[in-house]
Amino acid sequence: MQAAPIIKVDGLVKRYQKAERNAVDGVSFDVAPGEFFSLLGPNGAGKTTTISILTTTLAPTGGRVTIDGHDLATDAAGVRRSAGITFQTPSLDRNLSAEENVRLHAILYGLYPWRPTYRTMPAAYRQRLGELAEVVGLGADIFKPVRTYSGGMRRKLEVVRSLIHQPRVLFLDEPSTGLDPASRRDLWNYLLEMRRTADTTLFLTTHYLAEAEDADRICVLSRGRIIALGTPAAVTTSLLDRYVLLGATDARALRNELSGKNIAWQEHAGGSPYVRVAANESDVHALLKAIDTPLTMVRTVLPTLEDAYLALVERDELDLGATSGPAGIVLGAPAAPNGDGVAVAKTRAQPVAAGQ
Amino acid sequence: MSLAHEFNALLAIAYRDLLKFLRDRSRMVGTLVFPAVFILILGGAFGAAAQSGYQFEFQTFIFFGVFAQNMWQSSATGIISLIEDRENDFSQAIFVAPLSRYTILGGKILGESLVALTQGIVIFVFGLVIGVRMAPSQALALIPVAIAICLYGGAFGLILMANMNSQRGAQQVFPFLLLPQFFLGGVFTPVDKFNPVLAFLSRISPLRYAVDLMRGGYYGSVEGSAGAVLASQPFNLAVMAVSGVVFVMIGTAVFVRKERTR
Ligand SMILES: Nc1ncnc2c1ncn2[C@@H]1O[C@H](COP(=O)(O)OP(=O)(O)O)[C@@H](O)[C@H]1O
Ligand SMILES: [Mg+2]
Repeated sequence: MQAAPIIKVDGLVKRYQKAERNAVDGVSFDVAPGEFFSLLGPNGAGKTTTISILTTTLAPTGGRVTIDGHDLATDAAGVRRSAGITFQTPSLDRNLSAEENVRLHAILYGLYPWRPTYRTMPAAYRQRLGELAEVVGLGADIFKPVRTYSGGMRRKLEVVRSLIHQPRVLFLDEPSTGLDPASRRDLWNYLLEMRRTADTTLFLTTHYLAEAEDADRICVLSRGRIIALGTPAAVTTSLLDRYVLLGATDARALRNELSGKNIAWQEHAGGSPYVRVAANESDVHALLKAIDTPLTMVRTVLPTLEDAYLALVERDELDLGATSGPAGIVLGAPAAPNGDGVAVAKTRAQPVAAGQ
Repeated sequence: MSLAHEFNALLAIAYRDLLKFLRDRSRMVGTLVFPAVFILILGGAFGAAAQSGYQFEFQTFIFFGVFAQNMWQSSATGIISLIEDRENDFSQAIFVAPLSRYTILGGKILGESLVALTQGIVIFVFGLVIGVRMAPSQALALIPVAIAICLYGGAFGLILMANMNSQRGAQQVFPFLLLPQFFLGGVFTPVDKFNPVLAFLSRISPLRYAVDLMRGGYYGSVEGSAGAVLASQPFNLAVMAVSGVVFVMIGTAVFVRKERTR
């Protein structure tokens, strides 16, 4: 049995005022409770727009959204209670200390009564703050003005703050942007740990494909539409085949032999002496045995999520001129962490990578 | 969402504004510079020119005009800082909280009113230093008056702010809406000898009622003010209450709609 989705998005459309086209253009997906869902896409794809709508700060032009059972249109307050968010742009009050930022947030979410100073706050709050300061590695620095913090510290503080009311869903809009690799890893260790202990649903947008690799499912947006949706592995393999790169001193003989034996091949790249043959791991041995022309180069190539992502986006960009009407999105298996479902828009051109 | 939650949030939002002000030394110093210039230099000049035909003491008249104007304006401009907050994305963090929008904007008005009151205390002391005299009972009567003026300024700021699109736009438009009111609202000079057009404009200037309420608080009554006070306290208060509520209702509705409809 599969749990009911915690996020349901159906036909979401957003056109900004005076804009010529939809920033979000008919997007539908579900996210399961506890899932780690990642929205990918180039700048301007509509990621922040989508997150802003899902967190009630922006009114949609059309479509329906339900979060944790609360309908966005009729129960925005319910949605706000269920959601935590780390915005793409910094949203801490730089004039206040970290503790004051956290305290303000906690009171806004109704966790504690207002008191003018840290000392007069309830003991439960002070204990919780101590734990959080520990987790973030701030220690006594939690009482210093946010102004004095590094970018990594601020980011972490924002994440900690957005988690203090224990939201069912945590929205993170490009949380690692501007962080150095160490801070980024640090932040992610914390996020994944938090996810394991609190079973929070993570809704991430990112530019870093390495972060998306850890997601249960990824959703690739381009120009406001979903162009792929599924597990990172499924999206990768559905788009790009693994292939073997072959080279021979007698390049012509190799090509003739492959054609003669009905093995589909492709030129590797313009001017390159190598050819590509699509092959999964299990096929590689058979392929090599079938070739008699002496080979000088053999390399199996496993496409990465990054390759797949770039191919997808590039393909979508090539499509720009084409009038494709509503995107022909085929939803694969429903929201299922670790499921294998993948959906790729079918109206697009064939993948640029080697076909079989 | 309980009432206690909303109330605590209101206080927290208000307190944040006060803290920010108290920590900003340059703003603290600025508090005194403008009123001092107004009262000492402009006050002297206007006073000399307008003295003829009035029975009241002009420096006192101007002091209370500037005192009211300053708190009212400080509270109003403070609300405009919400636009800046929005541009810095700080307000996003407040607006995603599960709170009534009235709580958020009400907290902001309360906060800016506290800031304005703090500035008011400084100006009040300055007034005593330059020789404004009053009985302790008169001073006490000014406290509720000052609170009403600050809240009213906040309400006026809210409706302005809701209709502005950017901090820059606000900074350009604000002086045009504010400076004429110094004159029309009678901060420096009496408004009772205006021609019909100016008299009408004066009557629709919110600042007029704030300033008059302040003078009413000091002089005690219209009759006893020798022409310095225009209307009774209940009348001024009623105008401020009604228009203030309208400002807040419309301001909140417009702000919330604009905030989400981009
Ligand atoms: N406030 C706005 N007004 C008009 N257009 C906007 C606004 N915000 C974003 N856009 C446009 O909407 C599209 C999607 O933007 P956004 O959601 O920020 O993309 P992403 O977060 O994926 O980079 C872009 O073309 C952007 O220019
Ligand atoms: Mg973005």
